[in-house]
Amino acid sequence: MKSHVSIKDVWKSFDAGRIQVLKGVGLEVPAGDVVALCGTSGCGKSTLLNVISGLEEVDRGEVFLSGRDVVNESTRVDLLRHHIGYVFQFHHLMPDLTLAENCMVPVIAAGGSRAAALERLNELAEATGVAHRLKQRVRELSGGERQRGALVRSLMNDPELLLCDEPTGALDESNRERVFEILVDLVRRRGRTLIMATHDLELAKRCDRTIKMRDGRMEGEIL
Amino acid sequence: MIWTNLRRHRVRTGIGAAGIALGVATMLSVVGLLGGAVKMFERILRTDAEMVVFEKNASDLFFSNVPVSLADELEKTPFVKEARPVLFAIVSAPDRPIVTCFGIESGDGRLRKGQWLRGNPKNFKDDARAVVLGERAADFVDIGPDGEVELGHERYPVAGVVRLENGFENGGVFMPLAACQEAFHKSGACSVVTVALAKGHDSKEVKSWMASRHPQLTALENEEFSRSYSQFQILKTTAWVVGGCAFLLGGLSVTNTMILSVFGRIKELAIARVCGFSRAQIAGMIFGESLLVSAIGTMVGWGLSGLGLQLLKAIPQMQGYIEPRIGWMEIAGAMALAAITALAGAMYPAWYAAKLNPAQALRFE
Repeated sequence: MKSHVSIKDVWKSFDAGRIQVLKGVGLEVPAGDVVALCGTSGCGKSTLLNVISGLEEVDRGEVFLSGRDVVNESTRVDLLRHHIGYVFQFHHLMPDLTLAENCMVPVIAAGGSRAAALERLNELAEATGVAHRLKQRVRELSGGERQRGALVRSLMNDPELLLCDEPTGALDESNRERVFEILVDLVRRRGRTLIMATHDLELAKRCDRTIKMRDGRMEGEIL
Repeated sequence: MIWTNLRRHRVRTGIGAAGIALGVATMLSVVGLLGGAVKMFERILRTDAEMVVFEKNASDLFFSNVPVSLADELEKTPFVKEARPVLFAIVSAPDRPIVTCFGIESGDGRLRKGQWLRGNPKNFKDDARAVVLGERAADFVDIGPDGEVELGHERYPVAGVVRLENGFENGGVFMPLAACQEAFHKSGACSVVTVALAKGHDSKEVKSWMASRHPQLTALENEEFSRSYSQFQILKTTAWVVGGCAFLLGGLSVTNTMILSVFGRIKELAIARVCGFSRAQIAGMIFGESLLVSAIGTMVGWGLSGLGLQLLKAIPQMQGYIEPRIGWMEIAGAMALAAITALAGAMYPAWYAAKLNPAQALRFE
């Protein structure tokens, strides 16, 4: 299944409609695109990612992933298990588990084969440079290692779409560069789709498309 | 995942399991002790007999009135080998308000089976007043220099002291039946008649004979009696209720543990949802953790109760009174209660965890 994200006239509010975050957003992302969503804090980037993954329900509008309507719970669970990977600004790994144990969480959720998962874990850990840290507890890892670990976790079930919410936002400059390069490289080499929310215009410009958001609306693409 | 989660929070897991362990230990101990007491009482009735005859609808055997002549009547029938009247009574002694008294015939088998520490069975005669003391009773009933003991308002010569395996009997006084009837104003009456069947005969014959000749009395096989005797049922029910309450208190600790466990890892649960865990998987994980805590607690509690009962049994003063009986029924009951407690205790935490909105939870600081 090739991922194709199609969002039409999506509205989303919080606090019983008092805070309108998305105001008629529309977006088409063909499979294999690397897209950056830019904009100031509170412009709706994270909410849009949550809407795409089904973590937030929309008030109005349509969200389709590869033609599947992200409306009911079972579709959402299936998408999160097999078709979507998610990386946050903060790694959100479980600190008292080892990195390997953390990375196996999506495999447990999907009920995948352990042997195949371990093979994949080693391959991804090698590619992200954390292979030597797999048996370490997360609390013993550096910030960059944790974020690369989170990236490995998000790719364990080989999703077609990777959603990243400020994946380098909490990293220093050298780690930011490294994590971004690994991320884009993994996605491009596998022909996956990436939608990344970021403040960082420099990184955004290195994506296939950079879409600017402002006050809950799409302001247009930066060419 | 379930085991890993419990391993990660050892203190919390330990506290939850300890609550269940104490509940299980209390329940099994209470049930075991009372079950043992019931069994010991049953054995008093069963000496060399398969059946017991008592007054129909008597709430307690102490209030049962059976004519002693029934024993002779029964022995004349072809289906009875031996019938023995026994009169149960409670008597006071100086500094001892309650002493169990057994009015028996000299030919009754129970004294022959004991180890005679003083005197001998020949001193216990039907037409005399001399009593036999159980070993424990001899400890707390003063035998005067004249070789007599004070029981109620009377003094009785002591025919001997005997060590008996059964705690109730070992702490009791055996009186000749006639003397016992006189002391308790029950002339010609006893509490029960124990019946040993003649070879090749069936208890149904006794029952049918009894129904036609003595409809005010009832004859039951020992097992049947144990099941139906209201005092045993009350004791057993009390044991389960008291034990169950202790258990449920322990169960609250599991609820508390699980609530803390969910509230303390809201972000983790949200991430699990983002990683593809369904609501049902999250709820199943919480229920699984609770069941595992409970299972650990049950095993520890089982061990604790066994150890505690063995220690009690080893105390010299308790010997003969404690015959703990923790059977498979009791263990299965404790396990079932543990499972119910675990599931009930995890219900709210599991519901809370399952309905968690991952996006909101990840914003939660």
